[in-house]
Amino acid sequence: MDALLIAFQMVFEPKTLLVMLGSAVFGLFVGAVPGLTATMATALLVPVTFFMPPVMAIAAIVTATAMAIFSGDIPGCLLRMPGTPASAAYTDEAYAMTRKGQAETALGAGLVFSAIGGLFGTAVLILSAPTLAEFALKFSSFEYFWLVLLGLSCSIVITAERPLKGTVSLLLGLLIGCIGLGNPAGFPRFTFGSTELLGGVGLIPLMIGMFAVSEILRFAVDLDPPLRIVDQPIHNVFKGMWALARKYPVQVLRGSTLGTLVGALPGAGADIAAWMAYAMSKKFSKEPEKFGTGHVEGIVESGSANNSALAGAWIPALVFGIPGDSITAIVIGVLYMKNMNPGPTLFTQNPQNIYAVYLLFIMANLIMIPLGWACIKASKRILRVPRNILMPVILLFCIVGAFAINNTVFDIGVVLVAGIVAYVLEENGFPVAPAILGVVLGRMLEENFVTSMIKSDGDLLAFFSRPLAAALGALTLAAWFLPPVIRRLRRLAGV
Amino acid sequence: MKFNDAVFGAVLLVLGLAVLVHVPSFPSIPGQKYGPGIFPGVVAAALVVCAVLLIVSGLRRRATDPWFAAGTWTRSRRHVVALVVTVVGTVAYVLLAEKVGFLIVAPILLFALFVSYGVRVNVAIVTAIVVTLVMHFAFYKLLRVPLPWGVIRPLF
Repeated sequence: MDALLIAFQMVFEPKTLLVMLGSAVFGLFVGAVPGLTATMATALLVPVTFFMPPVMAIAAIVTATAMAIFSGDIPGCLLRMPGTPASAAYTDEAYAMTRKGQAETALGAGLVFSAIGGLFGTAVLILSAPTLAEFALKFSSFEYFWLVLLGLSCSIVITAERPLKGTVSLLLGLLIGCIGLGNPAGFPRFTFGSTELLGGVGLIPLMIGMFAVSEILRFAVDLDPPLRIVDQPIHNVFKGMWALARKYPVQVLRGSTLGTLVGALPGAGADIAAWMAYAMSKKFSKEPEKFGTGHVEGIVESGSANNSALAGAWIPALVFGIPGDSITAIVIGVLYMKNMNPGPTLFTQNPQNIYAVYLLFIMANLIMIPLGWACIKASKRILRVPRNILMPVILLFCIVGAFAINNTVFDIGVVLVAGIVAYVLEENGFPVAPAILGVVLGRMLEENFVTSMIKSDGDLLAFFSRPLAAALGALTLAAWFLPPVIRRLRRLAGV
Repeated sequence: MKFNDAVFGAVLLVLGLAVLVHVPSFPSIPGQKYGPGIFPGVVAAALVVCAVLLIVSGLRRRATDPWFAAGTWTRSRRHVVALVVTVVGTVAYVLLAEKVGFLIVAPILLFALFVSYGVRVNVAIVTAIVVTLVMHFAFYKLLRVPLPWGVIRPLF
């Protein structure tokens, strides 16, 4: 219990609380501005968290992302443009409600059920992570190899419209991860004689480039005219929320459960959780014909799903060091920088840090209610902030932030190249999330692969020799071969 | 900015083959079969397979997907300028910041970006200066990041 007490002390320290408040405001703002995403908020926070103690750094990221995923609903409701991709699933629905004069209910449902979903995901994190960690202590290099490969495969199967393009993205990420000295042999690979590349391509500049600079480039060539805000008075957003909670308890539970699960699957995060939850809500609804006409049911379900996905993504990130989404991919980088290496030992050696993470999640979802309310009140002003002033400021922040990590302009170059490559790839239907996972997990995959190969003396069958490894291996192979087989069968059946 | 899949396939094929050719030159660890070359080798081999598949799919869709389709924005001068300023401005920062200094390069970069994104000139000047000073204060003073002083070093 001592550890819990220490965790309380760490979280309720005035400085940490101040950081949470600041990151909450930052997250709400970033989420509410279309074109700025929760992942971008995290990437922009990293250079600042670099200078903080671990718990404070995690506090900043947890709070900012939770807020951003909620406030992404606001422009969806008032402008018909999602603030973050996680709100895209129900933007049309929310806007239709606004046009019917129900903006209050749409925003209120977004806020209240975001918080409930977030708390649900946190509860699952608290209950499942320690058990999984105990389980993970038994893992050998074979199990870890399969687990990482399974995670990477999931990221392709779930996210990519065309798995081939997702695979290409992943392989590029793995190759980038090979650059530098960071391999089992400690041999400098693909450095082209550059001393800067000896340490590998920095994860943080890479992320800033892929998730922030690529958005700025997209903005620079964006032809869409500025959107008009719906002018509608917003009074009490909490009115009728209790009634909604009583009317749709199953939807909330289903959305949160699905969200947590999707979040925990590597590569798929809040945005995919929201799409799946919205589709599921419509499928099981008693009134599916009302969907799309301004019906709150889908917002309740997918609004809770996207916030629960945030917490769900931390489960594999903390237990195995395998990120559940692109946000936790950044988090893992931060944890390594703070000597809080993720993995099962984190739970046995530093339980106070884990408890602190739990507390931070609970706190973040609770303060979301008052702060989110304030944000809705201020929303019209936030949405009027001109993006042509915002984007250059963000670019300068990216430049300075990338420089701040290692104090080298080389990293600014990495930011720019990563931004351009990510922009071109995304324009052509290559998802970037698998690439990031490849970079983050490449080293772990290689280490466990090489160790296993050495142990088994090159016998690939040994990868299935332990029962756990065999099960994980079978799952991985199923993830590769089942979807195409099912597709072919469906085509044969003429469905 | 859409390229035919085959274009990506060709580029990736070259990349994958280059890695495959390069990898055998990595030294092996004495007494061990699996050195630093095996993992990138496997990844590059997989990349070559994917590249070939992309080329095949690109050639199949040749009728509908041209080799290269410029986005509609390329016909709008304002947007092309905005993109060029964004990229060239960042490159210029990388090249000049150390020599000339943050406090000079940053406001010029911001001003150029603002104007190319359509902000009015007087607003752009004031915002560029204020943002630079705030950023300098936050990173140099609070976070102690050694932002380069450059040519104005002697003044401080």
